[in-house]
Amino acid sequence: MGFMNLFKHVLGDDWGVHPDDHKRPAADRPVRVMPVPARLYLPLQQHLGGPARPVVLVGQSVKKGELIAEAQGAVSAPIHAPTSGTIAAVTEITAPHPSGLTLQAIILEADGLDEWQELSGCDDPFALDPAEIGKRVAAAGVVGLGGAAFPSAVKLTGASRSKVTTLVMNGGECEPYLSCDDRQMRDSAAGIVDGIRIMLHATGAKVALVGIEDNKPEAIAAMQAAAAGVANVEIRPVPARYPMGSEKQLIQVLTGKEVPADGRAFDIGVVVHNVGTALAVRAAIREGKPLISRVVTVNGNCAANPGNIEVRVGTLAEEVIAFAGGLKGDGLGLARRVMGGPMMGMQIPHWRVPVVKGSSGILAFDAAEVAEQEPNPCIRCGSCVKACPMGLLPLEMSARIRNEAYDDAIGLGLKDCIACGCCAYVCPSKIPLVQFFVHAKGELAAQDRAKLRNDATKKLALQRQDRLAREAREKAEAAAKRKAEREAAAVAKAAATAAAGQGEVV
Amino acid sequence: MIAAILSLTVLGAVLGIALGIANKFLKVEGNPVVEELVAMMPGSNCGQCGFPGCTGAAEAIVAGTAAATCCPPGGKALASAIAAKLGLTVDLSALGDDGPKIAVVSEELCIGCCRCSKVCPTDAIIGAAKQVHNVFREACTGCESCIDKCPTEALAMKPVPVTLQHWVMPRPLSA
Repeated sequence: MGFMNLFKHVLGDDWGVHPDDHKRPAADRPVRVMPVPARLYLPLQQHLGGPARPVVLVGQSVKKGELIAEAQGAVSAPIHAPTSGTIAAVTEITAPHPSGLTLQAIILEADGLDEWQELSGCDDPFALDPAEIGKRVAAAGVVGLGGAAFPSAVKLTGASRSKVTTLVMNGGECEPYLSCDDRQMRDSAAGIVDGIRIMLHATGAKVALVGIEDNKPEAIAAMQAAAAGVANVEIRPVPARYPMGSEKQLIQVLTGKEVPADGRAFDIGVVVHNVGTALAVRAAIREGKPLISRVVTVNGNCAANPGNIEVRVGTLAEEVIAFAGGLKGDGLGLARRVMGGPMMGMQIPHWRVPVVKGSSGILAFDAAEVAEQEPNPCIRCGSCVKACPMGLLPLEMSARIRNEAYDDAIGLGLKDCIACGCCAYVCPSKIPLVQFFVHAKGELAAQDRAKLRNDATKKLALQRQDRLAREAREKAEAAAKRKAEREAAAVAKAAATAAAGQGEVV
Repeated sequence: MIAAILSLTVLGAVLGIALGIANKFLKVEGNPVVEELVAMMPGSNCGQCGFPGCTGAAEAIVAGTAAATCCPPGGKALASAIAAKLGLTVDLSALGDDGPKIAVVSEELCIGCCRCSKVCPTDAIIGAAKQVHNVFREACTGCESCIDKCPTEALAMKPVPVTLQHWVMPRPLSA
């Protein structure tokens, strides 16, 4: 055993951590469908990339599924009305973000009718051109539902352009507490497999590998049953380990290939999508339905009745929690509010923030779960090095970042850090390692932005100098011209008077 | 051999007890305020303040010969904590910068004289004669050349507003 462990360590196969998953009982309860709330708050940026641009006016009435904000730029996603109603305002609301800052959002007042606009689905998606599928998925505003919310169409069309061979479907759901993907795989396995087949057609990949962690035996069984007759969809149980659901790790476990440090999955012929996204793609293609709702896990020790809930995008977390059964003791023991998973999710300032397309969980933690502790000095035990799934040296990197030696930290692989939080999780000294890395990445991004801005203002200053020089030159030329004209006129006048004088004399 | 071990052991024990007694009964009473300040300070004795270690700096601050802001590693947090403890008022602006600033026009004061837009090196100020001017946030470099030109003091330097796109996760506190 000890020998095998040593061997594993040499092979670098013991990355990651094994936190208590806390997935049950929420995962075993059926999904509850939440009724449409009176008001929906729809941020214009629910995805990675450029924010959407509103195409509705305040006071305008919209049908369910109607486009209310269009995509802007190459990487962006449109937003649709999750129910029928009236646009109440376009204003700033608190973002589901740890900063507590605001972002632009459309506020939709529901009319209670929940009336769909006319939908145009497609009975045979496999007759469609792959590019057409990409277009329809883009128009439906589908984004990755695993958490990062990257526009799915960009990945689908990009994959078919870069000739990927393997579609990896991420059913890992390695984040503790979350069970929305698990639940969807159990309940809608056939739909997911259909979605995967559509995605195979759209990407041109030969085979789809569905990676599901082995702590979800029900989901594995349901998916295996649904994929039984489908030749190119393979269900592959993978060991439960965080961060198994991270793109690079799942690819390595399923295909044995490693994504290069400064490359992407496309470079090795792989594209990764979440299993929930497959359902959204299926709805977009088969029924023409845009992405307007999602399944969210409400969990944490403070949640009175943990479970999975299907909510409309734009519903306030407050209302979701109230529908789920509220908080224990009216939230007296509440220590932290999190949107997304406990490892990589966002700490939010209050519950009045909306569920967006990428929100996988609403977690209410008590003090015991947060277990906040003062950090102690590093004892150089190397636990973080062993846990890091990217094979980095968190203790060395954090020491560099503490001294603001960002270039040294980049040299140690800061840019390869996926911010999974394994290092901070295992640190016996409770050093906030991943927080240092997130801070440093933000700081580097800010430096890049400052540099871009500096270049832009420099250009403006040069243009101004050119303009001033040109104006001065033009002025001088105009003055010279006027002077020349004046002189010419004076000469002419003199000549004329001279001629007249002569005439008089004559 | 045994005599040497015994004599050294006895010598050590006697001297140790004597030191222990001296520590207890002959203790020098320090200034308790100084001790409290030392406890608040970084304790690295880096010497950046110009005093011999944190104790020296704490004594100087209590004696009034050094400013509460004299500790660079402690930064604003320490300076304000010391000021609160000693009931001092401190000028925190001397400690580091408060981040980038840009010029902002207050619309109710601007008379549209165009003096500011003429001096702006990056053409960041827009507005025609007798129209309220405005500053392009992205083009302003914060050079302050416009501030003194304004006859109505409508221009002021304000910190660049933080937006979701510009926000950076704060540096974690750590051991």
